[in-house]
Formats: sequence, structure tokens, C-alpha cells
Amino acid sequence: MTEKRLRILIAKPGLDGHDRGAKVIARALRDAGMEVIYTGLRQTPEMIAEAALQEDVNAVGLSILSGAHMALVPRLLELLEMQGQANVPVLIGGIIPDEDVPQLKKLGIKGIFGPGTSTDRVVESVRQAVQAAGAAQD
Amino acid sequence: MKSVERVLKGDRLALARLLTQIENEDASGLEALSALYPHTGHAHRIGITGAPGTGKSSLVNRLALHLRQNGWSEQAEPEAETVAIVAVDPSSPFSGGAFLGDRIRMRDLYGDPGIFIRSMASRGALGGLARATVDMVEVLDAAGFAAILIETVGAGQAEVDIARMAHTVVVVDAPGLGDDVQAIKAGILEIADILVVNKADLPGAENTLRALQLVLELANTAQRTKPDAAARDVAPQPAWVPPVLPTVAIQGDGIVELAQAIHDHREHLDLSGEYAARERARVRTEMEELLRQQLLEGFLMHQPEGAFEAALELVLTKKKAPRQAVREMIEGKKR
Ligand SMILES: Nc1nc2c(ncn2[C@@H]2O[C@H](COP(=O)(O)OP(=O)(O)O)[C@@H](O)[C@H]2O)c(=O)[nH]1
Ligand SMILES: [Mg+2]
Repeated sequence: MTEKRLRILIAKPGLDGHDRGAKVIARALRDAGMEVIYTGLRQTPEMIAEAALQEDVNAVGLSILSGAHMALVPRLLELLEMQGQANVPVLIGGIIPDEDVPQLKKLGIKGIFGPGTSTDRVVESVRQAVQAAGAAQD
Repeated sequence: MKSVERVLKGDRLALARLLTQIENEDASGLEALSALYPHTGHAHRIGITGAPGTGKSSLVNRLALHLRQNGWSEQAEPEAETVAIVAVDPSSPFSGGAFLGDRIRMRDLYGDPGIFIRSMASRGALGGLARATVDMVEVLDAAGFAAILIETVGAGQAEVDIARMAHTVVVVDAPGLGDDVQAIKAGILEIADILVVNKADLPGAENTLRALQLVLELANTAQRTKPDAAARDVAPQPAWVPPVLPTVAIQGDGIVELAQAIHDHREHLDLSGEYAARERARVRTEMEELLRQQLLEGFLMHQPEGAFEAALELVLTKKKAPRQAVREMIEGKKR
């Protein structure tokens, strides 16, 4: 009767107007049985953090094509921590240059997916990240 | 009861987490709900329902903005209301997952501590959805939100049940959804306190307005002349006639009138005594349902393993009638 379902926020920060990639991921997560809260285009870190809080999500997925990730990601992580959600894993998909990857991982990003990553892999990574966060909390 | 105190103090993370627990029917969440219950009863609960794509989320966005800026009615000194929103979308019947996209249309509401938006998937369970939604609304009520807007897709019985537990039900239609009146299912029209024809900027809006007005007039002469016993023994009060309002949610046209109509309806409920009657009926149903459910669970728990299945088999093979099988189970007879 009671069902626990993973609730995942998918957000598209930045100023570019394409959210096809974000929607593909959202659909794949839904088809894997997750509840996806989709917030649409041009989200600021403040908007994403607020949605993550109100929706009490298990993970946040960002789709970033604009190249602004090194500004957006630290700010979002900072906001999540300030509001008591430091344990919520954040994953990124999009165009991320190789040289930024170590820095993002160091900040605590739990998954980075370039163009062409299979949706199965993304789904699996989200699941694992949520599990790891839950285990760390217990 | 730490989470209860935190919710009462306005802690939004505690509120969000409690909502999750309640949605999952988690035992400690339900206990917290019981502790919060004495703090409920102050919010005006407004159901917004209608077919997908009619503009419900866009309307909720505008309505919430309006309530935050001006409160319910046009006054010299507007009194802002705090607003909570519960937006329900269907779960996928195949995977059990869901795509919850209502926040896309509510981006104007960001950054306001007087607003709290929560998306929710229907999760398939028929009675369960209405149950979980009501419980979540109770928590938001206890948390102090003055208005609670509940957006549901007007399709199934569960959605009608959710809408029914609202004080005011707004049914949203829009032109271009095929046959004008067909777009609104018969059962949903009956529960409407206010009808909105959104997308009044589109061609065909006039026709939709006229068609709905006609249907309502027919329904009124047929139905609303019957005195409503529960409401009548309080004060003679003219029956509420649902208004049909045009809106353009993307521009904000007609929102002032919609807020005013919701306010008027609430006043009507109070003055006519219908508010008390509705609450009594709603809570009665809720208690009866809980009683039924818990008695059933308790009874089955004390039955020998497989007793119910065996009785079911006897009924399916027509050896016994359902009523007889149940009576014998209660009396503990050997079959
Ligand atoms: N032309 C027009 N489009 C509208 C209006 N209100 C909403 N829409 C559009 O209708 C679509 C569905 O709106 P949404 O609020 O998501 O509808 P919902 O599914 O009922 O919640 C969106 O593309 C909106 O921009 C309106 O008043 N006029
Ligand atoms: Mg909607």
C-alpha cells in the first residue's frame, strides 16, 4: 500500500533555450519508475535550491549547455548546504570540458555525463547516488 | 515531536520532509499529523480542476500572485494572503514513475516565503490519492497557509474526490478541446462552484462560454431549486449559482474577478451554514472510511492463514453468496 518512490528534480539552468536533453533524461527517469519534478528553462541556482527544498527531492539533476557550470554549481551546492540539504546528491549532464571534471568532483558532484551517455547509465548513476546518500545518513 | 514544532514555527525543510512522510504513509508522519490537527481549520481550500492543457497551472500562478499582492478582494489596504499549492499529476501506469511539470508555469512564484509549492504524483492508488492529498493539505493548513490551491487533472473519480474535499471548486475549461461541453466530464461539472473559460484570447472562447452557461442554466432549474436540507436549517440564503468567468492566464486577465468569485463563494458558504454542513459531511466520510479500513485490517489479521482466500474461492465457484461467506467468516463457522 505504501510506496516510496524516488523524487528527482531536473532543472535547466543557464540562458540557452534548449531543454531537449533535460527532457530525455526526465522521461528516462520516469520510465525507470521515478517521480521527476521538472522546472523548465532558465533556472537560477536560487530557484533550483528552492524547488529542491519544497519538493524534498532525493537528488538534483542539472542540464548545462551554457558553459556557466563553474559559476552555477558551487552556488547551488552552497545554497543546498545552507538550507540543510547538503546530503542531496547533485548530478550534471551536458557539455562539460574535461579539465573542469576534477574540480566539480571535488566540489561533491556525484555524476557528470557528456553528450551521448546512455540514459540507462544516467538512471543507474542517479539510483546509486541516492542510495549512497541514504546510507551515509543512517 | 520535533518535526511538529518545527513545522509550526515555519521551518520549510521540516514541512517538506513531513509532506514526504505523509505521502508515503509513514507511521511517524501520520503521528505528526495527529499532533498538528488542532492547528488546522484556518485555510481556505480551493480545488482547481479540468482537462490537461486548459491552463490550470498558469491560472494557479496568477491567482497566487494576486493573493500575495492584493488578498481576496479589492480593498483600499490590501491584505496579502499566504498561499500553498499542491499540484497533482498522473503517474505512468506502466512504470509507476511520473513527470511533474506544473512548476514550469509557476516560475513567477519563486523567492517568496509566503508561498510553498509541492508537486505530487497520483501513484495509481484510487482511494489512496485522495487520502494522501487530504493529509498533505491538513499539514499545510496547520503550517499556517491561508489559501491552499489544489491543482488536479479533472479525469478520474480520485480527482473528483480530491476536488470535493475543497471548500471551493474551480473547474477550468478552454476552447479548442473538441466538443465544448464534452471537454468537461459530466461528474466534474456537478461539483463546480465556479467555472472558468481560460484562453479567452483564442477563437472559439465565446462559444465555450455560451455552451457552459447553457448547461449550467439547465442544471440549475433542474437541481438547485431542491432545498438542501443540511444547509436550510441555518438561514434562508439564496442558492449559490456558479458563475462562468473568462480568463487569459498568460496575461492575467480575469484574475481579479476569479479571486473575487472565490471570496464570494467562501462568504456564501459561511453565511448559509453550508460551510459547517460540508465540513461535517467531509469529516464524517473520512472517519467512516478510516474505521472501515482499520476494522477490516484488524479482522483479517486475526483470521487463520488463507481463510479469506478460501472463502473467495467458494464465492467464485458459486458455492456461496458473498454475503453468506462474509457472515460465516465473522461467525467463525467451518466451511
Ligand atoms: N493562448 C493562451 N494560452 C494559455 C493560456 N493559459 C495557459 N496557456 C497555455 O496553455 C498551455 C498549458 O498550460 P498549463 O497551465 O500548463 O495547463 P494545465 O495542464 O491545465 O496545467 C501552456 O502552453 C500555456 O502557456 C491563455 O490564457 N491563453
Ligand atoms: Mg498543470
